[in-house]
Amino acid sequence: MAEITLSSLAHTYETNPSSPEDYAIRKMDHVWHQGGAYALLGPSGCGKSTMLNIISGLLQPSEGDVIFDSRIVNDLSPEERNIAQVFQFPVVYDTMTVFENLAFPLRNIKTPAHKIAPRVHEVAEILELTSVLKRKAKNLNADEKQKVSMGRGLVRDDVSAILFDEPLTVIDPQLKWKLRRKLKQIHEQFNITMIYVTHDQLEASTFAEKIAVMYEGKMVQFGSPRELFERPAHTFVGFFIGSPGMNFLEVAITDSGAQYGDIAIPINPHQHAIAKASDSGNIKLGIRPEFVHVWDDKNDEAFEVNVKDVEDLGTYRIMSFYFGDSLLRARLHEDQRVPQKKAYVSFPEQWLTLYIDEYRVEVGNE
Amino acid sequence: MNKVENNKAWFLVLPMLVLVSFSAVIPLMTVVNYSIQDILGNSAFFVGTEWFEKTLNDPDLQGALLRQFAFSFTILAIEVPLGIAIALLMPKKGWQASAVLILVILPLLVPWNVVGSMWQIFTRGDIGLMGYGINALGYDYSITSNATDAWVTIILMDVWHWTPLIALLCYSGLRAIPEAYYQAARIDRASNWAVFRYIQLPKLTNVLVIGVLLRFMHSFMIYAEPFVLTGGGPGSSTTFLSQSLTSMAIGQQDLGPSAAFSIIYFLIILAVSYVFYIAIMNMQKDKVNTQGGA
Repeated sequence: MAEITLSSLAHTYETNPSSPEDYAIRKMDHVWHQGGAYALLGPSGCGKSTMLNIISGLLQPSEGDVIFDSRIVNDLSPEERNIAQVFQFPVVYDTMTVFENLAFPLRNIKTPAHKIAPRVHEVAEILELTSVLKRKAKNLNADEKQKVSMGRGLVRDDVSAILFDEPLTVIDPQLKWKLRRKLKQIHEQFNITMIYVTHDQLEASTFAEKIAVMYEGKMVQFGSPRELFERPAHTFVGFFIGSPGMNFLEVAITDSGAQYGDIAIPINPHQHAIAKASDSGNIKLGIRPEFVHVWDDKNDEAFEVNVKDVEDLGTYRIMSFYFGDSLLRARLHEDQRVPQKKAYVSFPEQWLTLYIDEYRVEVGNE
Repeated sequence: MNKVENNKAWFLVLPMLVLVSFSAVIPLMTVVNYSIQDILGNSAFFVGTEWFEKTLNDPDLQGALLRQFAFSFTILAIEVPLGIAIALLMPKKGWQASAVLILVILPLLVPWNVVGSMWQIFTRGDIGLMGYGINALGYDYSITSNATDAWVTIILMDVWHWTPLIALLCYSGLRAIPEAYYQAARIDRASNWAVFRYIQLPKLTNVLVIGVLLRFMHSFMIYAEPFVLTGGGPGSSTTFLSQSLTSMAIGQQDLGPSAAFSIIYFLIILAVSYVFYIAIMNMQKDKVNTQGGA
């Protein structure tokens, strides 16, 4: 049970790092609160596994501190930090039975036998491993092996935190959903800090209360799934979260608003003022496909655009259209009329976000 | 439904059958032929199991068989744990790994009779480093007059020659263990002994099966090294099976009994190897049959 603080933390695998690109994790500060259910989300190679291994103590950070409550634990081993970690691929002790596997972490800390059995049975019950407790772990299938791996992570109830490194990768989709629910249930039951690494946004948002999105070694946003969706703090979050991702237009700022090619786009005056003051050449407007307004008929507010195609995804449709040179997407409701060739779209001001140098410009009245 | 029978594919197996006949079946059948008949020149008499009875009751061969078992089990008991230990101690990467690997493998590259000659010279009291050294320490060491000295030396020689094989197999087995296993063990707070007992050793099972079987078969057929080193002596104290067999077949031209004994010899190796294999494989099975369990 601990609050985990990362203070000016950075990590590099190079011996002589010369540029920020040499860092797997760039300098960051972050606090994981006791009892939280967190997800660490990002594409392959963004540094999420590195961060997990630094928290657990399998890796020593090259700069900065890892602090548990108020104690600096940089030099402490995973066992001293009292961390449980579940890995991407199942790790089981082949010669042991499932029961012995689950009891192993407890036996290693000299738990009395009469406390081991009930605990093991409890965890086995949750993970539905009771029927295989007497089998040798070697003879299980991949799903069951991974459940045993997870069980060993869950069996100690005194741990500072449980870290999951994409634990459901090898699991079949139906069971995946079930296990995710189980994990959430276990979290609620035992109030243990859990950090869950994944590259799957759905997995992250069903498991976690708060998601940290990592990109190129930086934590670009930390927030609830809803915040990530509605107010992506970084263009990468906008692109990565949501299906399809956010639409972006690289714009120039004029005296009256934003200008994309020869199309003028009205924006919020507050955003306009900030953008005007900035001397950056990298200014983007972003809007989620869900928030693009598609009108049935021509009107003064709407832009007339050429439709590329409309994809039917069952309960909704995705319309791709050309806006100037850019291909943008809009989400159509099931019962909405499907535009043919021409469509009339507008970008509601409150959903239009401004990004300067890839980072979101906060707007006061939100 | 009319299914066209086409068994022409069987002809494709023919070349292999012919090859195996020449390499294994025909020589083996020759031995079988000799073992149940008394053949002299052009005349042959069927003698049934006479040769088998004779060889099984031959005290010399019985002695050689016992020595053979004692030898094989002793070297297995030393080489397997020692090989595992060496593999565990070998460096894992960098130039040190390559250097140590080459050093360890070196004995395997020496031809068998050369190994015998090397150790013959090595253990001589007058010019051999080991023989001279031990004598200088005050112990009257001689492999030609003292049976214990001869035994210890032969075992030492075999351990020197063949432990690298076990070490090499285990080394490759250890390298194949994913890092995640060690990480998980650290997370589970496993002791070093537990890491060895529950991760490394189980992962080595398969290579050890190969290692143990190879070493057993090999050592059970040992011929050149003791023949060169001690010539089977002093007395017959280091005469192993293959040497007895050779002197019987080539020296005394007792082809019938030698053939019979060859077959017994072959069956013993086959049986023991089979038992080893089954025993090791059984360790991995579930002890309890669960309902509907696979």
